[in-house]
Amino acid sequence: MTTDAATLPARVAIGHKGGFVYRFAPIAAVVVFLLVCWYALAVWLNAPLVIDQHTRDDTSWTARDLVVGTWSMERPVLPAPHQIAENLRETVFNTPIDSKRSLVYHAGVTVSATLLGFVFGSLLGILLAVGIVHLAALDRSLLPWIIASQAVPILAIAPMVVVVLGNLGLDGLLPKAIISMYLCFFPVTIGMVKGLRSPDPLQLDLMRTYSASQAQTFRKLRWPAATAFLFTSLKVAIATSLVGAIVGELPTGAQAGLGARLLSGSYYGQTVQIWSALVMASLLGLGLVFLVGMAERLVLRSQGAPP
Amino acid sequence: MNDWSAPGRATTTVADSEIAIDIRGLSLTYQTADTPVLALSDVNLSIRRGEFVSFIGPSGCGKTTLMRIIADLVSPTSGSVTVNGISPEAARLKRAYGYVFQAPALYAWRNVVRNVMLPLEIIGMSAEKSSERAKKYLAMVGLTGFERKFPWQLSGGMQQRVSLARSLAFEPALLLMDEPFGALDEITRDHLNEQLLRLWEQTRKTVIFVTHSISEAVFLSNRIVVMSPRPGRILEIIDNALPPGRGLDIRETPAFLDVAHRVRVALRAGHSYDD
Repeated sequence: MTTDAATLPARVAIGHKGGFVYRFAPIAAVVVFLLVCWYALAVWLNAPLVIDQHTRDDTSWTARDLVVGTWSMERPVLPAPHQIAENLRETVFNTPIDSKRSLVYHAGVTVSATLLGFVFGSLLGILLAVGIVHLAALDRSLLPWIIASQAVPILAIAPMVVVVLGNLGLDGLLPKAIISMYLCFFPVTIGMVKGLRSPDPLQLDLMRTYSASQAQTFRKLRWPAATAFLFTSLKVAIATSLVGAIVGELPTGAQAGLGARLLSGSYYGQTVQIWSALVMASLLGLGLVFLVGMAERLVLRSQGAPP
Repeated sequence: MNDWSAPGRATTTVADSEIAIDIRGLSLTYQTADTPVLALSDVNLSIRRGEFVSFIGPSGCGKTTLMRIIADLVSPTSGSVTVNGISPEAARLKRAYGYVFQAPALYAWRNVVRNVMLPLEIIGMSAEKSSERAKKYLAMVGLTGFERKFPWQLSGGMQQRVSLARSLAFEPALLLMDEPFGALDEITRDHLNEQLLRLWEQTRKTVIFVTHSISEAVFLSNRIVVMSPRPGRILEIIDNALPPGRGLDIRETPAFLDVAHRVRVALRAGHSYDD
């Protein structure tokens, strides 16, 4: 009994749902585990280079030298997490934002293409879905093409888009936004077709008994019923839109953007730079999905969804 | 034969203006994969304004289908139907009826008052007037104070009452109710039956009520249309002369039990339990 009484309050504190520890302890555990693996992997992958160097210099080395060496190389096979963090700190906080070496500058370029492509893609996706739901002819003619469009690898399409638009005198933001749009309209179309068809037969019959017009049925039934589907699709779409923008930066040999950073990093073997661009892209993706998620919560709350 | 006549009807002709619904020689055939199914066969029925008529019968007897034909949600294969002297489609376009479905069919993203306002928005009534009207009918079904709740916050009985208020809100002269209380527990059902009867006595709307509960049919209606499946047809139309102002206790009186017995005998005549 006494042990029960002693352990109970502690268990309540840890197990309290919504509590800080309850929510973040599992995530923190995974992060620690991954970091340990990463450092170990860095030693293993970078060790041959360090050993080579010592052999060439004909110097003796200890295990400690090896570990420290593998974690502090200029061009490692796999940079250690603290090297990436240091590079991020340098390029994000200690570089003027308008400088070409600032990661914020490059992220800004990519995000503007992402957002433009996301807006275009979402609008296109919604328009296509509205057409498909209302016109049987579009349903049969368009849907197979839409699905086929996604079977073509984006890496094959991206250079064509860039070259064609470049010939028309369009470069910079627009070609990248179009590649983003090409990727992100698809989940929106599929989600919205499902959403606009989600009202059950009784809800549709009800509109018929009111002899409501097709426009009224759309505005008061199909559209609100599709909201939840729309936001689920938008969360997928904004993430793929970011991928599209980065892919769009690769074939141009673009001077700016996270894709350009990845490319120049791999040209010059700047693995730390590649990894920090990668981390930046992941953080951006998370941030963008989070923002869409916030918008979703606001809208669904206004529709009376249970909290 | 479905030839029937209400007492006195054979001698006095009913003026056309008193007829709410007139159905003659109505049949409906569904085409299924292998064979055509006769859902309704040679149905003849005439309903006067202000009547409360129940359709009763086992599953598959076509009672819901018959009501959907009146509402122009399904088209008959042959025969004629008029609603207020015009075709069902014209009547639907004129918004002649309110329909209460088996399920509440509320819109989850609208709160209670905005669900009731839905038909009023569609007919283009001003927000102020429709909100006032919605509150009036919510009060009538006993839901004052629940205006801002969302459907998921209500019990099944409350949801069905919202659906009733919604169908009443644009004040149709004809109310079509398809097993509206079928999914509710008996206590809630009794309560709503009483409320519905009071409402009908106040407003004298024409009500068509589909049910498979004998006591519900006898308690509510002036006339009970007994139907039978395979093919869907009218077996018998029973007049129910129980007095107005019925309370739930009437269900234990000999007069009530007598009508219920006649309905049961008629249902059995359709061999509806044999197969």
